[in-house]
Amino acid sequence: MLQLKRLIALLLVVVIALWTGTGTVTAQQGGTIKIMYTDPLSGPFAQVGDQNLQQFKYILDYINSRGGAVGRKFEIVSFDNKSQPSEALLALKAATDQNMPIIMQCSGSNIAAALIEGVDKHNERNPNNRIVYVNCGAVATELTNEKCSYWHFRMDAHVGMKAETMVRALPKEVTKVYLLNQDYLFGQSVQRDVKTFLGKLRPDVKVVGDELIPLGKVKDFSPYVTKIKASGAQALLTGNWGPDMTLLIKSGMDSGLDIRYYTMYAHLGGGATAIGPAGNGKVRSVMAFHENIAVETGKTDTEGWTKQFRNQHDFDFYAAGFRTIFEFLQAAMNKAGSADPVKFAAALEGLTITDMLGHQVTMRKADHQILSEYFVGVFTKGVKYDSEKTGLGWKTETTVLPKDLDQPNTCNMKRPAA
Amino acid sequence: MYEKAPLMEVLLVSLLNGLVYGMLLFMLASGLTLIFSMMGVLNFAHASMYMLGAYFAYSVSRVIGFWPALVIAPILCGVLGALIEMYALRRVHRNGHIAELLFTVGLAFIIEKGVQMAWGLLPVPYRVPPVLDRALFHIYGSNFHAYRGFMLLISVLMFVAIWLLLTRTRIGLVIQAALTHPEMVGALGHNVPRVFTIVFAGGSVLAGLAGVIGGNYLVTEPSMAATMGPIVFVVVVFGGLGSLTGCFVASLIMGLVQTYAVVLDVSFADLLARLGLHVTSATPLAEVLTMPLPRVGALLPYLMLILVLLLKPRGLMGTRDT
Repeated sequence: MLQLKRLIALLLVVVIALWTGTGTVTAQQGGTIKIMYTDPLSGPFAQVGDQNLQQFKYILDYINSRGGAVGRKFEIVSFDNKSQPSEALLALKAATDQNMPIIMQCSGSNIAAALIEGVDKHNERNPNNRIVYVNCGAVATELTNEKCSYWHFRMDAHVGMKAETMVRALPKEVTKVYLLNQDYLFGQSVQRDVKTFLGKLRPDVKVVGDELIPLGKVKDFSPYVTKIKASGAQALLTGNWGPDMTLLIKSGMDSGLDIRYYTMYAHLGGGATAIGPAGNGKVRSVMAFHENIAVETGKTDTEGWTKQFRNQHDFDFYAAGFRTIFEFLQAAMNKAGSADPVKFAAALEGLTITDMLGHQVTMRKADHQILSEYFVGVFTKGVKYDSEKTGLGWKTETTVLPKDLDQPNTCNMKRPAA
Repeated sequence: MYEKAPLMEVLLVSLLNGLVYGMLLFMLASGLTLIFSMMGVLNFAHASMYMLGAYFAYSVSRVIGFWPALVIAPILCGVLGALIEMYALRRVHRNGHIAELLFTVGLAFIIEKGVQMAWGLLPVPYRVPPVLDRALFHIYGSNFHAYRGFMLLISVLMFVAIWLLLTRTRIGLVIQAALTHPEMVGALGHNVPRVFTIVFAGGSVLAGLAGVIGGNYLVTEPSMAATMGPIVFVVVVFGGLGSLTGCFVASLIMGLVQTYAVVLDVSFADLLARLGLHVTSATPLAEVLTMPLPRVGALLPYLMLILVLLLKPRGLMGTRDT
């Protein structure tokens, strides 16, 4: 009896080994092109990763239906990094153990910095198993300047570009602005860059207030609103996200503060709900995409595509612009004729494609930073597609073209020998 | 920094702001003080009751409106609190304080996950009722929002109600005694377990009420318990165990400190300048000395907590140790 049990156990082990083993082998040869996606999928920022995953799935269905790349389909494998760089490095290890060609991450510049370093080290030590890091949203400017890397490709505008977009959206009649940001790397970056671009593009504007708040700690913004009111500012410029943004805006609206709010994240999941109808015409956000742009520019294909997502989900398709990432990967792999990281990375840098809104988007060779159009939308009534069932939605107020965001960079890129 | 409005104006408006915020803290901290004082347990799941109060109010108000929800949601929290105390906490109590603490930590996690599963990960549109969604009066050009006045009213009523309950009713007197001398009360033959259940349930009702009031004023989302928790803990310890008045005073102090810290744009360097000592970028610790008060305002309560534990560990008006 014992002998039989042992035999069955052995058989099971062999079967499982073969089953998982063959999975590994086909990752590189045939089968799907696997992308390891790591972001917070638990904890206070769980919705970020969760919603991104849902949007990725929809986008990949589209990309794969258009043939994927080099005759293979893309597949996403998710890994919860719990907002910790150490966990993200575990994701990297899992990805390289399974010979995946790409690791992707969107949320947290500290995590991105750790990944850039981890990927560089890995690629140096493992020339036969290299991996590319696609950055879908970690926006600290340094990542494509001082910390740039050949294997890192950033697919979202960085803080400097977003700050410039925000400054360009300020109308002529606004001459007094108040800056309020979160007191950490990102918030200080926003503070610095906004002041730089105000100095360059709008020297007529006076900064009447400049504030840093502890991250995620402030519950009552009414004293800040008191100060903003006392300063006589006509616009509030802030990079705040999460409760630091929603509570600030709510407090301002509750006390009747007559001001324009310029944010960077009001358009993400939960923002519209928290701001509510009272925000009509007041709140602006710097964004890569909103569901009404296609309507404004007559792009009916794109509109139909995003509309279908809306019908299936209860949150906005705010990351529809991620489709550009996959169209880049698709184009690069097809150009290189391979999903091998060494080959398609070389094809990806310097590549230009036309995105779904009809703009020419480039992956800049010097620093692997995407040059893409950017928008400032205002939260208002009377748009075709509303946000989160509030009756209000985003309407484009300013469009900034890729060429306007072609900012100088200090990247000293070390390229791999041929 | 900014063109200074008259100091009087700023101080008066900030007094009002600080009071409202302080009273919200009191609503949340009062229940925890009662539970902590009585049972010696720091209930980590207290802020979770606050969150549940907000979510229950959201769901109930969607069906029958805000005003019924104002009554129903706290009661639901109280019932839940009673059940938790009777069927779980009482058993864990036998194993000591650490076990109770860990139990409440686990409970907080479970409630958070449960909320995420039931209502989703995003904030829910729990809004202020339209009749209160306007300006109550104008002060120096800003509106004082009617809902904030409502919050102030409810919290004051709550304080009065608790005070009356504790000082004028028999059960209140037993609870007061058990707050400071729990073993003696048991020895005198009172049903201490039942008192415990009542206090735990009562504390949950208070937390739930705070959630109903605060949830639509702030944002109702799954992480609201985790963000409110620490500051409430600070208030309770600062105010001292066994004293509801201490909790009240501590809440107001914390609210005012945090509010005034934001509007007073001074730093240590300014203070030193008055004494004739000028801080330059070459001075050691220049970065710390020139840091303006608003930048660290939200951290002041924790600093005060450390100070009180060093200087007066029983808290401001505490009547007993744990």
